[in-house]
Amino acid sequence: MIVALLALHCVVGISAVALHHRLSRWAFAVAAVPAFVTLVSLATRLRAVLDGEPIVEEFSWVPQLGLSFVLRVDAFAALMVLLVSGIGLLVCVYAVGYFSHPKPGTGRLAGLLTLFAGAMLGVVVSDHLLAMFVFWELTTVTSYLLIGNDDWSPEARDAALMAILITGAGGLAMLAGLVIVGQAAGTYQISELATAAPLSGSAVTVGVICILIGAFTKSAQVPFSGWLPGAMVAPTPISAYLHAATMVKAGVFLMARLAPALADIGPWRPLVLGVGAATMVVGGWRALRQHDLKLLLAHGTVSQLGFLTMLVGAGAYDVAQAGAVLLLAHGAFKAALFMVVGIVDHQTGTRDVRRLHGFGRGWTPVMVVGVVAAASMAGLPPLLGFIAKEKALDAATGDEQFMLVAIVAGSILTVAYSGRFVLGLLGRLGEPDADVVSRDAPVPGWGLVAPSVVLTVFTVVAGLAPVIVDRFIRASTTSLYADSHPANVKLWAGFNTALVLSGCIIAAGAVLVWRHATVSAAQDRFHTAIAWVPSNDRAFWGAMSVLARSAKHVTATVQNGSLPLYLMVILAVAALAPLGPAVSELDTWPAIVGDVPVHIPLAAVIAAGAIGAAVVRRRIAAALLLGAVGYAMAGFYVVQGAPDLALTQFAIETLATVLFVLVLRFLPRQFEAGRAAVTVPIRLAVSVAVGVSVFVLALVASAARRDVSQDQISGEMLARSVPDGKGANVVNVILVDFRGLDTMGEITVLVIAALGAVALARATRGSAPVENDHAGFARLPVVVASSRVLFPSIVVLSLYFLFAGHNQPGGGFVGGLTAGAAISLRYVAGGVTSVRESFRFKPWTILGGGMVLSIGTALVPLLSGRSLLEHSSIERDVVVLGTVKATTALPFDVGVYLVVIGLVLMAFEAFGDDVAPDSGSGSVGSAAP
Amino acid sequence: MTILLAFLAALLFACGTWLLMQRRLSRIIIGVGLLGHGANLLLVTAGGPGGLAPLIGADDNFGRYSDPLPQALALTAIVITFGVTAFLLALGFRSWQITRDDAVEDDVEDRFVALLNQEQSAAQEAAESSSDAPDESQSWEGS
Repeated sequence: MIVALLALHCVVGISAVALHHRLSRWAFAVAAVPAFVTLVSLATRLRAVLDGEPIVEEFSWVPQLGLSFVLRVDAFAALMVLLVSGIGLLVCVYAVGYFSHPKPGTGRLAGLLTLFAGAMLGVVVSDHLLAMFVFWELTTVTSYLLIGNDDWSPEARDAALMAILITGAGGLAMLAGLVIVGQAAGTYQISELATAAPLSGSAVTVGVICILIGAFTKSAQVPFSGWLPGAMVAPTPISAYLHAATMVKAGVFLMARLAPALADIGPWRPLVLGVGAATMVVGGWRALRQHDLKLLLAHGTVSQLGFLTMLVGAGAYDVAQAGAVLLLAHGAFKAALFMVVGIVDHQTGTRDVRRLHGFGRGWTPVMVVGVVAAASMAGLPPLLGFIAKEKALDAATGDEQFMLVAIVAGSILTVAYSGRFVLGLLGRLGEPDADVVSRDAPVPGWGLVAPSVVLTVFTVVAGLAPVIVDRFIRASTTSLYADSHPANVKLWAGFNTALVLSGCIIAAGAVLVWRHATVSAAQDRFHTAIAWVPSNDRAFWGAMSVLARSAKHVTATVQNGSLPLYLMVILAVAALAPLGPAVSELDTWPAIVGDVPVHIPLAAVIAAGAIGAAVVRRRIAAALLLGAVGYAMAGFYVVQGAPDLALTQFAIETLATVLFVLVLRFLPRQFEAGRAAVTVPIRLAVSVAVGVSVFVLALVASAARRDVSQDQISGEMLARSVPDGKGANVVNVILVDFRGLDTMGEITVLVIAALGAVALARATRGSAPVENDHAGFARLPVVVASSRVLFPSIVVLSLYFLFAGHNQPGGGFVGGLTAGAAISLRYVAGGVTSVRESFRFKPWTILGGGMVLSIGTALVPLLSGRSLLEHSSIERDVVVLGTVKATTALPFDVGVYLVVIGLVLMAFEAFGDDVAPDSGSGSVGSAAP
Repeated sequence: MTILLAFLAALLFACGTWLLMQRRLSRIIIGVGLLGHGANLLLVTAGGPGGLAPLIGADDNFGRYSDPLPQALALTAIVITFGVTAFLLALGFRSWQITRDDAVEDDVEDRFVALLNQEQSAAQEAAESSSDAPDESQSWEGS
């Protein structure tokens, strides 16, 4: 049921956003549907929930990780659902009237509001900390979109940005905290957290601080409260819903949920009480200075959130019960007050108390609502707000001295700003020289007034007869503190300290209201005196600009554009970072040469070639020296007992040399002495560092291999090659069978490289002819004749390598490269035309066909329910050849073969030239520079 | 692994690194080739001392064969290096087509970001000396 409700919000929200142009303000009527459905379904289950039987729905997600999606509605969650959906329904009705002159983005607001409501419900009903966090972040995102919906207004964008940065940063801190606490407790289930063993330790302390930072940012506590007044640029229905009644309560909700389990951990109570008290007083103080009624309410909301934070975070059930009453009372009166301000704004075009001079006769209901709701905010009897404050004072009188002082101070300010609100609304603060706009303002329609009337009636009725909320509140308290026995919620709790305090608060507040001119003069003097303290806004935007500026500065310094420099930094780090640990592992030194003396000449050739390639100034010489290194490496592979490698290296070296010549002939003969990106000494130092690091790593790695008792993998591959892989050449069996998936990845890389090379090299060929001085080369009769003979025989050899490769040295790679060598012969004889003629298909067809064949062979076993790349074999007696064994590894290898041939063909397609049309004979011309 | 081979691998890496940090793309390609050889040398020698070619049937004692797994890895690496070389050569070719050179120039975007920063900070300083930050206007503090 709960999941269905969440899904309903999601679907309706997305549809409303999608259709917002058509629906316009009636989108809010659509948005009311999910709220209404939620209320109805809550009502049907409420009795059981209040009896202490929560609705629980569990969906397993990743059971191995203990991740499950648990939804749980207990009485406290039901209280929040009532707030979210009840006020949501009224706000939707109100918004239909409020947006009587809809702007283009108005309908979108309704969709976003529904999505927000769904996310908020998710926060409230999730029983898993991480699921709760996901919904929590969704409320942040939807709130951002709602504040910034008027995206043409820079103020709206700034306010939205500020809100998402502050609450988003808090959310990240909270995620860290949730993970720490969840790990320490061994459960992420909120309902199990309360009954788990008490947590302790420094990690948990840090986790608790992180969670509280998240809750404080969301609930606009000092010093993170700056975003909430800024968020008032949103249309009033949105402010009434998100920034008064619901979203800002998410932090309060979380603290209420976690306080039973975490309140005893070191920093929790000092932080909650200190921050809550500061917020309550500072918010009230600021509210008293506002001229804009909406901002007055916004700062008042900050103040009340501080009050709530203290109550629900203290970790005692009687205080928390007062918090539950205040949650309900605050939701009712603050939403009503926002609606009243919205009506005033809508009808007169201003919210500034200096421009309001009282309203006409038809406005009485609005005025009554405003005054009664403000009275509830001030905590006047016999309203719900009074009951909440009485409960709080009563609970705090015991041993919560600090909280009591904070509540009294904050409440005096609350009475004062409530009074200021009423005076402003009634026009008593209007300045004589301002235009009179309010007296003959049009009377608002009933659609606009009715929702706030409903809320006010609730405030009055629940105040006079608290029995209607009594059971709900007590059940909420017991759902938080299982073994508590909360007292009844009563209007008249007897003649006690709380009542006396209440009287004093109201009296002191009344004095402040009476002497409001003196008070604001005193406030102005105070603020002039502390003008050097940056305001929230200035501090925030100042920090942002410092951040942006330093980011730019760092980027400009670190990322100066020189690619060789970047490379140098990366290589130096890669070389030096592992060096320390590696050297410490280096205990034994192996023999210098070992028992293979032939290594010495090979090493000499390799070393000479490498150093030569690094220092010569001619391009072709460098390429040829690289080739020499390659051939010597092939010789080394022979010595090492790796014939496949040797064959591959030989074929590759031949092909690579041809390719180098093809490209380098265009380029200048010598490397020009351009300006060096990295100076020679540094370059030398980094190169030597890399060399030393590799040297040490090589010795350490081979020493580490000796410590392993037996080489499991290779031994097993040797043993299983014939019986399982049906091939005697273990290297080939590894390539096509054991590690076939790697080979598939590899040929994909080859295909991509080939396509990239052709695309790059031929980018301009279609349009304009390549401007080069080497327009083709001449045909040499000897080469042409010999290639006629050699080409087919080399291709036959390549096919032999391919087919014999499973049992003899060879295989798809070797075969393909050998065929590639044959192709290069064709090229030398007749240019790229001759290469094209030697194959019937286009290079890309061969390339792609090979890849399709390989991947297809790999996929076929899946059809018969076996695993990817599982090869099968057949064995038949054939007349002439005797017993022939064939495995499905063969088509796979044929695919590899074709891909390699395709790659070579593509390379010639990319860099090759045609024979010059007019040069039937002559010098080799361009083939060598 | 003998000291000779370790030294050889180190030398190949050092020469490759040296070439990699140059401005000429063709030298960088040669450097990549040398690095590839160095890596293959490491791979193959990491498989222990040489032995019989891993073709089953020559000997029943598996311990006398050379290790086939690093060989398969090195074979893959050789072919991939070839593909990469072809691609890099195409890059060099294209660079020559456009600029008549194969120099690796500074990253234009990065240079642009750096220049932009200089200009902006200069402009900001000029603006700050004349008036206050624009964010002042929307302060909600009322102070």
